[in-house]
Amino acid sequence: MEYFLLQVLNGIQLGLLMFLLAAGLTLVFGIMDLVNLAHGSLYMLGAYFAWTFMGWTGSFVLGALLALPAALALGVIVELVIARRLYARDHLDHVLATFGLILFFNELVRVLWGPAGKSITLPPALAGTIDILPGVPYPTYRFAIIVVGAVVALFLAWLVTRTRIGMLIRAGASNRRMVAALGVNIELLFTLVFGLGAILAAIAGLMAAPIVSLKIGMGDDILILAFVIIVIGGIGSIKGAFIAAMVVGQVDIIGRAFLPDLLKKVMSSSAASTAAPSISQVAVYVLMAAVLVWRPTGLFGQRQ
Amino acid sequence: MKDLLTALRTPRGIVVAALLVLLGVLPLLTQAFDQRYVLSIGTRVVIWSIAAMSLNLILGYGGLVSFGHAVFFGIGGYTVGILAHHDVFSGWIQWPLGLLVCALWAAAVGALSLRTRGLYFIMITLAFAQLVFYVGVGLEAYGGDDGLNIARRSVFSGLIDLRHRPTFYWLCYALLLATTFGLWRIVNSRFGMVLRGAKSNETRMLALGFPVFRYRLTAFVISGTLGGLSGLLLANHDAYISPSMMSWVKSGDLIVIVVLGGMGSLTGPIFGAIAFFVLEESLKPLIDLGRKGWGEYWQIVFGPLLILVALYARGGIDSLLGRPPRSGGGHG
Amino acid sequence: MAEALLTVDGLTKRFGGIVATDHLDLAVNEGEVHALIGPNGAGKTTLIAQLSGFLRPDAGHILFDGHDITRLPAPARVHLGLARSFQITSVLREFSALDNVALAVQARQGHSFRFWAPARADRSLREPAMKALDSVGLADRADSAAADLSHGERRQLEVAMALASEPRLLLLDEPMAGMGLEESARMVSLLRSLKGRRTLLLVEHDMDAVFALADRITVLVYGRAIASGTPEEIRASAEVRQAYLGEASAVGAA
Repeated sequence: MEYFLLQVLNGIQLGLLMFLLAAGLTLVFGIMDLVNLAHGSLYMLGAYFAWTFMGWTGSFVLGALLALPAALALGVIVELVIARRLYARDHLDHVLATFGLILFFNELVRVLWGPAGKSITLPPALAGTIDILPGVPYPTYRFAIIVVGAVVALFLAWLVTRTRIGMLIRAGASNRRMVAALGVNIELLFTLVFGLGAILAAIAGLMAAPIVSLKIGMGDDILILAFVIIVIGGIGSIKGAFIAAMVVGQVDIIGRAFLPDLLKKVMSSSAASTAAPSISQVAVYVLMAAVLVWRPTGLFGQRQ
Repeated sequence: MKDLLTALRTPRGIVVAALLVLLGVLPLLTQAFDQRYVLSIGTRVVIWSIAAMSLNLILGYGGLVSFGHAVFFGIGGYTVGILAHHDVFSGWIQWPLGLLVCALWAAAVGALSLRTRGLYFIMITLAFAQLVFYVGVGLEAYGGDDGLNIARRSVFSGLIDLRHRPTFYWLCYALLLATTFGLWRIVNSRFGMVLRGAKSNETRMLALGFPVFRYRLTAFVISGTLGGLSGLLLANHDAYISPSMMSWVKSGDLIVIVVLGGMGSLTGPIFGAIAFFVLEESLKPLIDLGRKGWGEYWQIVFGPLLILVALYARGGIDSLLGRPPRSGGGHG
Repeated sequence: MAEALLTVDGLTKRFGGIVATDHLDLAVNEGEVHALIGPNGAGKTTLIAQLSGFLRPDAGHILFDGHDITRLPAPARVHLGLARSFQITSVLREFSALDNVALAVQARQGHSFRFWAPARADRSLREPAMKALDSVGLADRADSAAADLSHGERRQLEVAMALASEPRLLLLDEPMAGMGLEESARMVSLLRSLKGRRTLLLVEHDMDAVFALADRITVLVYGRAIASGTPEEIRASAEVRQAYLGEASAVGAA
């Protein structure tokens, strides 16, 4: 039972990380109609920025905080130089150009930080465990991720539903021309949204870094999961992305945590430990296919 | 046939003809100059050309941005590899089976994904490819992540010996020519007109009475089967299969090749494949000239190049040769 | 009394709280030119979309030549002989005018799972297509890309494509929208030449054209058919005057 609870928490933690990545993606797609494959590069660079700043400052928290403006700046530069030229183009142009961006950023990281992976050591305050229930310890850092992730998710919900910027974002998603006609500086709005997405991606990347370690292309696989999430949730829907991220997080963790034991009953132990993570990945994609067969525009997507 | 002859008199036709002749005699050249490595690259170019052409049918002519086409490299390749692993080397079994599996998979994926549009379509094709990718990773018996060596190339006893490198190259080349000719007929046939019309204006085609879905699905199956052919060849050439041959980056590379060469142009994918591999092989030494050892970072140049192509050169190489970009209605 | 080719029975379509088609009944007889008029927002285009299979009604039935086609997809309706043109020009822009019409001919000839013979060299496609282009006066523009045609020419192309389908019933959604005087006149004479040979359901704002062409007129207001009859009956109807023509009695009297 305890084991089960811990795994559910792990699933929530993973889901929240993926939600942060997916939220930026779904905003950028919903509002600017841009397929941004390079969103995963922002995730990766967020982690590398944090690694560098942690080295300079010697502080985990300071390093992480400094990485955020750096990611914002990077996002704004990408938006100004490349992304805004793509909004009026078709999806194929988006795929091509942002695929090029991925190649560029992956190599850039190799040049600047070297090909070897890097790891981030946690400060003692975060390295231990805390009791989430009396007598049930849970890694402090993972718990911290859940807290930060939940806070950011709530902040996003507040931003989108309760503020003027959020109103513009929602209006922009459904009617770009109307927002422009209201006299809102739509270009500035787009740059802000892109920058916000970059910060969210960077938060996800730097928070994941101590667990998964830094490596080139670390954003690519999780990016595809993030795309799966926004497609399941319905493109443009923050709520949909959140729900889908939670579900995908649970599916993934259940696959990793419980499948190997089940599989060992029918196959060799080594085969089971190879197959289990794959099966959980496969399950995520099957889930997405099933959702799209049922609802071709995702759970909360706008009907055509 | 008359069309073909007039087409040959344009600058573009001359370039195409020259390239095809050059590709045709490549083994003779590489033997004369003792460049086995170049023949290996040439073989890859030809195989990737077939794959890119198959993608071009749905992407360039059908307007369907499939982001999972490398899966057919994988399915075709794994059919060869798995059968070989069980000592079934006969090409008469391996090849038809590989093509059949690819056709069936394409039919299943197409039936589900063609119901969706836009980003949903891009992502669902990617997701199905990832699904197969992870099945490959999970197949411990066939090497899992590390893949599997193939003990020998497909055997077509009495007919042709694929172990002989130039022979294998010429087989690939002949299949490329056959693919080119077949696709040329298809895109200009009634079926091809429907496929291209649906790219131009789906609503109109429905109103004219074309059940667009069925035609797209058929194109998807043709495309997947031809993609599987390139997978069979690739596994034979590399004598090795692994999940990485169907990673999403490979699917991205295929899109890059199609767009680089010229979307919806019959021979564009060949230009694209040549350009892709030539760039890869030449950017490395070029950058090395500037600063020793930096050649391995060639993608730092290639990435921005793709961005420039997306922004400013959507007609691809083919439009440089005098073909108007994005001419959906033009001759194939 | 000719038998009804198209019968609409209690057709209803809602968009949220708005009832775009409200228990609509309509009959179009074989061989007649039936005009559908009504103020903006009366639900004319919504009706065309439901008749041609692009919108699914919430309730009611559409019968075409005795078949219940209410739930039939659009392409299948074309094969029964029901073709449409679009209010907002919808052609294959990258294709030549002749290609556009040839595709309409191709659709009529059955399935297109023919993979080998070049379609552009197929005389059974090109010749009827050329004839249809000629009938709308576009023969000399056959090889121009549809994107390069003028607005009026593209409207003519729309009609040529619909004609090339050789439909039993042709749904024309404002064929004269955005046309100049001269172009409109040419379109009216083209439609008049079809009279008696084709059944037409014509949505049109140009009252001169409607009263010149129509055998019968149905007046649509807020998704309901408030009157249906000969042009004389419609002109004389007090209800129609009040609901619709009243605002434009000058046109009604013209």
